[in-house]
Amino acid sequence: MTPRPPWNPYVAGFALGLVLTTAFVVTGHGLGASGALSRVTTAAIDAVAPMHVNTNPYLAPMAGGDTDPFDSWVVWTVVGAILGGLASGWAGGRLKIETFRGPRITAQQRWMLALFGGAIMGFGARLARGCTSGQALSGGAMLSVGSWAFMLSVFIGGYALAYFVRKAWN
Amino acid sequence: MGPFVFDSTTTILVSLALGFGFGFVLERAGFGDSRRLAAQFYLHDMTVLKVMFTAIVTAMVCVHFLWAVGLVDLSRVFINPTYLWPGIVGGLIMGVGFIVGGYCPGTSLVAAATLKLDGVFFVVGALLGVAVFGEAVPRFWDFFQTSGDLGRFTLADWLGLPTATVVFLVACMAVFMFWGAEQLERAFARPSREEEAAKDLEVVR
Repeated sequence: MTPRPPWNPYVAGFALGLVLTTAFVVTGHGLGASGALSRVTTAAIDAVAPMHVNTNPYLAPMAGGDTDPFDSWVVWTVVGAILGGLASGWAGGRLKIETFRGPRITAQQRWMLALFGGAIMGFGARLARGCTSGQALSGGAMLSVGSWAFMLSVFIGGYALAYFVRKAWN
Repeated sequence: MGPFVFDSTTTILVSLALGFGFGFVLERAGFGDSRRLAAQFYLHDMTVLKVMFTAIVTAMVCVHFLWAVGLVDLSRVFINPTYLWPGIVGGLIMGVGFIVGGYCPGTSLVAAATLKLDGVFFVVGALLGVAVFGEAVPRFWDFFQTSGDLGRFTLADWLGLPTATVVFLVACMAVFMFWGAEQLERAFARPSREEEAAKDLEVVR
């Protein structure tokens, strides 16, 4: 099956805005992603070194003592997002094992860049208290000054480095 | 009047449903493809900016309208508190991770869900990154917790303007950005295969 083209960006953005509006009006908060990743790793650390988690001021509120790191809306939002992405990809004929990369690098090089970039992203997202979903989209719509400063910084960081990694994409 | 308070089972179901819509739309926007996301930073394809700002403006207008007509209590809605410096430094770091890795956390999950191997590697990397952050943050705890801490602080508070005025100004700015994005896409369009082939042919001649 040939993959169908994506939605018009303005239509997709409008649909995303409606999902975000529903989140705010029904639950009182926006969407999120990186918070759930943080809870997964904290649960793993808590399984092997619970005392360490109890004494770390960042990890303790998530999993210290009897606190269940998975007892948070963001974990279920991410489970839902994975299912939603899977459903859309399947219905659109895009469910296929492949590696997206620029024409001048190998798949193996692309995997290493993705791993490395992902690690940088994970660190930055927790420092900023949220990623594109939890800060830029959610805080942006609610007009938070910090979220707008964050959004601007992400674009500045990306454009500043784009020239130096152009071989990876073009 | 929203927002509502749910028991834990309902919270799980509502979060699953919202997440499903979120992931579905991200995938439909073409955000499960790192090349499309990275193209934003080379100005070939401004889809990221268009989708993001259309979503922000839609949610901003809808939520504030529902507040104005009394259907949602904004004082009980979470507005990301401003921690200015950690947000700016974290944002710059994320921008670097974005162009190197090709995804952000949400889009990488959608890519991995549709079996894109670069998405899978990105998710593994992001898990490592958040784990390293959790171990490292006690060393710069004061910076993380107190630098530029302005609490719940909106653009309306900062500019000293009514919220409705700021909503209108942000919407106008977004329309201007969409116009700019269309111009940039035209100016920086990647030559199509046919055009490149024609050019090669000329060189041969």
